[in-house]
Amino acid sequence: MKRVVITGAGTINALGHNVADTWTAMKEGKCGIGPMDVRDVDRLAIKIGGQVHGFETEGLFNRQQMALYDRFTQFALVAAREAIAQSGLSFSGELAAKAGVVMGTSGGGMQTLDENYRTVYEDGKNRVHPFVVPKLMNNAAASHISMEFNLKGPSFTVATACASSNHAMAQAFQLVRCGMAPAMVTGGAESMLCFGGVKAWEGLRVMSKDGCRPFSANRNGMVQGEGAGVFVFEEYEHAKARGAEILAEVAGFAMSSDAADIVMPSKQGAARAISGALADAKLNASDVGYINAHGTGTAANDKTECAAVADVFGPHADNLMISSTKSMHGHLIGGTGAVELLACIMALKEGVIAPTVGYEEPDPECALDVVPNEAREAKVDAVLSNAFAFGGLNAVLALRAV
Amino acid sequence: MSVKDKIIEIIAEQAVLEPSDVTMESTLEDLGIDSLGLVESIFAIEEAFDISVPFNANEPTESDFDISSVATIIAGIEKLVAEQA
Repeated sequence: MKRVVITGAGTINALGHNVADTWTAMKEGKCGIGPMDVRDVDRLAIKIGGQVHGFETEGLFNRQQMALYDRFTQFALVAAREAIAQSGLSFSGELAAKAGVVMGTSGGGMQTLDENYRTVYEDGKNRVHPFVVPKLMNNAAASHISMEFNLKGPSFTVATACASSNHAMAQAFQLVRCGMAPAMVTGGAESMLCFGGVKAWEGLRVMSKDGCRPFSANRNGMVQGEGAGVFVFEEYEHAKARGAEILAEVAGFAMSSDAADIVMPSKQGAARAISGALADAKLNASDVGYINAHGTGTAANDKTECAAVADVFGPHADNLMISSTKSMHGHLIGGTGAVELLACIMALKEGVIAPTVGYEEPDPECALDVVPNEAREAKVDAVLSNAFAFGGLNAVLALRAV
Repeated sequence: MSVKDKIIEIIAEQAVLEPSDVTMESTLEDLGIDSLGLVESIFAIEEAFDISVPFNANEPTESDFDISSVATIIAGIEKLVAEQA
């Protein structure tokens, strides 16, 4: 089995349009959640989100590309460009033939769906633009990354709702670890902040009208975000041989299914994924210094997640730090694990733990060190990133400092 | 603007050319318009004239609509516009 390291990272999200700005915002405990600027926002009950503002496509994409790229694809490409540039890799010959792209998304081209449903239902038109299907399909982002960077190996998109990115990165990790691909481009992207996307979530009544306060006793729901995170996963010897900067090692992962309920989380399902990731990474529970929580800010998730962590880690649960960066960038649904992996890399590489902002009142059911409101300097050697999706599909990644 | 001039404008925009560079004899291939560009052009033409163009991308040569040159496209559209009037 090969070792797998991360040699490139890229992002765009409500905290920043690149990794450096995102890390600065996380260190400052900045909240990227605010009033949403979407069409018909006055008809929404939920008017806040972690929206990407000031995203200018001029100069990034030409006219033909703009006609073909949904916003989620634009986010994915911007993040992929940053990650691949940092890695220093260029894909040709055998490397191109073997390297691929695995992306996570939940809604795919949701903006395209929303706009074109308006066209046919609201405006009563009987004709839509010919690119509706190539724009909205869930694999559009992965395909456009593969085209732009000549990635000709195994490429596909994973959709497991809020765990999509973690499942995607787990697949990419496996492909590199087993020796099938020397490098993979992987992560997730989501752009669901449109009228239909937010309205659908409103229906479930799990959204907060005023903010995302994970683990806080007065939390009242999740807040959606948008954006992308993309990474280059590379075989360790391949990276070392070319003198690449290594950001962190992907040490292991585990996936589990609750097989129980379509929306309610399960402590056992989460705990099996967490303990499975530790075992796969050959980590002892006491090695883990930080967990990037799924931490949605809903009543059910946060207490279930804390209980699962307490079960797996025993007394060490009180020594480790666990924070939810969704409090800052919102819940990016299928892209969330990718942006949250940045907090894990920041912990390992920069020695700074991203905080859970908006924390106001302790909850006895979430009695862990949730790094409230202020980032903390700490040296950690191993971290986990949790994702527990609707549908009971869980994926946990384990990272280690190199 | 005549039907002909409007179609040339649409095709020129798709090909990223000046309308004066689009001749009646030009084929879409000459102008660098690929299959996606073709369906996008037909969409724009349908929108401009509020017509429905009988074009099937699976069998371009089998369609009732002749796309072999700018001239045949214009003739086909002029006929559709006349039928609609």
